[in-house]
Amino acid sequence: MSVKSLEQKLAILSDAAKYDASCASSGSTKRDSRGGKSLGSNEGSGICHSYAPDGRCISLLKILMTNFCIYDCSYCINRVSSNVARARFSVHEVVKLTIEFYRRNYIEGLFLSSGVIRSPDDTMSEMVQIARKLREEEHFRGYIHLKTIPDAAPELIEQAGLLADRLSINVELPTDAAVAQYAPEKKPEQIRRAMADVRLRKDAGKDKSFTGKRPARFAPAGQSTQMIIGADGSNDAAVLGQSTRLYSSYKLKRVYYSAFSPIPDSSSKLPLIRPPLEREHRLYQADWLLRFYKFELDEITSVTQDGNLDLEVDPKLAWALANRALFPLDVNRASREMLLRVPGFGVKTVSRILSTRRHRALRYEDLTRMGASMKKAKAFITAGGWSPGALTDSIDLRSRFTPPPQQLSLL
Amino acid sequence: MHHVVIPEINSAAIWRDKARAFLGAGTPPDHILWGETTIAPDLFATPAHSPQGGPVSVPRSFISLAEKVVWHSDPERFARLYSFLWRLRDAPHLMSDRGDADLARLRQMEKNVRRCQHKMKAFVRFREIRFERANRRSFAAWFEPTHNTVEPTADFFARRFADMDWRILTPKTSAIFEGGTLTFTQGQPKPDLPEDASEALWITYFRNIFNPARLKPRAMQSEMPKKYWKNMPEADAIPELIATAPARAREMARAAPTLPPRHMAGAQAQLASCASAWDGPSSALSSAITACTRCPLHRNATQTVLGEGPVDADLMIVGEQPGDMEDLHGTPFIGPAGQLFDRLAQAAALDRRAAYVTNAVKHFKFKPQGRRRIHQRPNSSEINHCKWWLEAELAQVRPKLILALGATAAQALTGNGAALMSRRGTVEKTPTGQPVLITLHPSYILRQTDPKASAAAETLLVQDLKAAMAMLA
Repeated sequence: MSVKSLEQKLAILSDAAKYDASCASSGSTKRDSRGGKSLGSNEGSGICHSYAPDGRCISLLKILMTNFCIYDCSYCINRVSSNVARARFSVHEVVKLTIEFYRRNYIEGLFLSSGVIRSPDDTMSEMVQIARKLREEEHFRGYIHLKTIPDAAPELIEQAGLLADRLSINVELPTDAAVAQYAPEKKPEQIRRAMADVRLRKDAGKDKSFTGKRPARFAPAGQSTQMIIGADGSNDAAVLGQSTRLYSSYKLKRVYYSAFSPIPDSSSKLPLIRPPLEREHRLYQADWLLRFYKFELDEITSVTQDGNLDLEVDPKLAWALANRALFPLDVNRASREMLLRVPGFGVKTVSRILSTRRHRALRYEDLTRMGASMKKAKAFITAGGWSPGALTDSIDLRSRFTPPPQQLSLL
Repeated sequence: MHHVVIPEINSAAIWRDKARAFLGAGTPPDHILWGETTIAPDLFATPAHSPQGGPVSVPRSFISLAEKVVWHSDPERFARLYSFLWRLRDAPHLMSDRGDADLARLRQMEKNVRRCQHKMKAFVRFREIRFERANRRSFAAWFEPTHNTVEPTADFFARRFADMDWRILTPKTSAIFEGGTLTFTQGQPKPDLPEDASEALWITYFRNIFNPARLKPRAMQSEMPKKYWKNMPEADAIPELIATAPARAREMARAAPTLPPRHMAGAQAQLASCASAWDGPSSALSSAITACTRCPLHRNATQTVLGEGPVDADLMIVGEQPGDMEDLHGTPFIGPAGQLFDRLAQAAALDRRAAYVTNAVKHFKFKPQGRRRIHQRPNSSEINHCKWWLEAELAQVRPKLILALGATAAQALTGNGAALMSRRGTVEKTPTGQPVLITLHPSYILRQTDPKASAAAETLLVQDLKAAMAMLA
């Protein structure tokens, strides 16, 4: 085997990393390098340094330490039974790439993942070594996200959490049965135990000691996970049910939904389809409604018969169309909870409505200036100078929001 | 008519001083002509003298708004700010009126500046420049922002890249950071920066992180508008990546699955030899319970919570089911109810470590609510499914006395699901004849809102624990 150049390795190992959706660099501790002795800063909000033509943000150097792997997960490009080109970075190479990219303002930090080589513990300890070298030798204060190997020893997870901003462990698929089918070496209960362990360590990091001293912060930007959508037969109710359980059980910062995408040298076990991007988008919208708009899971998933989200209209609009008896709402009197349920109103719009209506009554034109999307909202509200009349209950209301029907091709 | 010229560098502080002076002197907006250095002075204007006036008070939220808007490229920005400031004199509440048209315009400008600052933080690209005899590394970037955002954003770069020298050159204002000090100078024409080897690696990364199967160029362009592309090295690759993506995706779909490589068996053999630190010592019974899928509860819970304690204990304590903390730790009776139980056990001189502690149901049943899990009582079917394991534990430990905490434990042990309060303190029997002392579950005490009721319930539980100790003695 010929020795690969750094550029060739980077090509292979970034290609292998692109199926991880997360690229967040936000929500960690605030820090900077003002003293002149270190490099990097983190100011709370994330920064997307570039965007690839797939519309995804590039915030971190997202690479695999190696794409050699002893697991055989059908959906994964790096599974042992695949014939993709393999490569492996040395610890020094990853550190150098991260630092040189960071100095040129290409990235916010490093997102390091890896195939499992030799054993989970060996792989994890090498990843920890990279993070340690960045922090302790290069004095790097940027963002580090480590993908945890669920079977790795708890001590290694502890060290990883003290060095990194975020840890993540992928649940991979929405149900245990699907994991057993497509990722035979992975154990769902072990993945959950590892997530519970991260949560407990993070909780323990918040307690002050008897003398009032705070322990070192553990994974200050929290933990996240990823689920592949469309590889197994789970419906959206199952997917969202799983994510609400994960949010409540392990206090996850984010659950990422990744539409199953064709990979080079794919397994015969999974059919290659166009990735269900629209479904992925609707799941994210539903996820937001559950977390920030006080919707209940069954309110969102009971709109359709089969437990899948409506692909043509967003989940909030779908809910409002199915519950028109509650509308129109008077924006000058309705409660915050109900205003949040108006399609076209976001959290910011609602807080602007509430702060302005303390001084005066709101008119229709005010709402457009407050950032509301009136094309959607106008059928569901009344305001000064505006009443939807029969629009709210009209039969063709839905068709105003859906794409026009298309003539099927005869050929 | 006053004519005020605000220079490009340090605009925020200068505008603020001037505006404060005019406001203090009561000068209305239509008496002031605000200008930039690039605009020719008005023919009829008199050069500004600094008016002296009394102190003025301005809402704090306006100051933070103005500190952004002054960097906007709109030549009217100073005039717009001052005329809104003038309106604020009599109506300070205007700042919270999100429907006001003037304020909406200023907020829009503030948003434009913020976005421009954010994009500058993201899209500035440094190249390394080398100086002879330099002890710090040096970097330079050429950037063309839409608004005059170099000055307000430079601090961000100073905080981030404090251990190196850098300069950001733009057509309007340039920032230079050398030896830890930040200075601003006039704009410059585009310099010729030397080639940088890391740039090629960055382009390689950009090309390979792109997934051709999910082409979404509109989403990319809305966040990374084309106006920035000319100063971003990776952007040259975009047209080709877009053009070849559909063919690459088709190719992936068409390629027939290949046979696994020869090294596969060897690689997987490594897996078999890996021992996990998570697997503690296990008996046949505990590994059978851990693998249980008899009811649906195992899918949602983190793990099976096994019983704990000496297997030859005289006393077996049976609770309802693990709670949130027990589920996360994998140990029974360590959450709030477990801690209360320990305290009461101490009062009754009962040593919990000498007893075998377990639950009627081995998985946590809950309903997610936001970031919390709400405990749900197991139903009869779940209790019956799990009774299999409880009976196996009973057969293994063979305790002299069983303490049933709460109705679920009582039902699982005796088969009788009748109301608890009339039965507590009495000894019933399991179907195989082992004695079961029935008492309250400590979480019943925690649920009481009235302190008197909870104290009374505590007394009852302690009384039963003492009774259990007496029976064993």
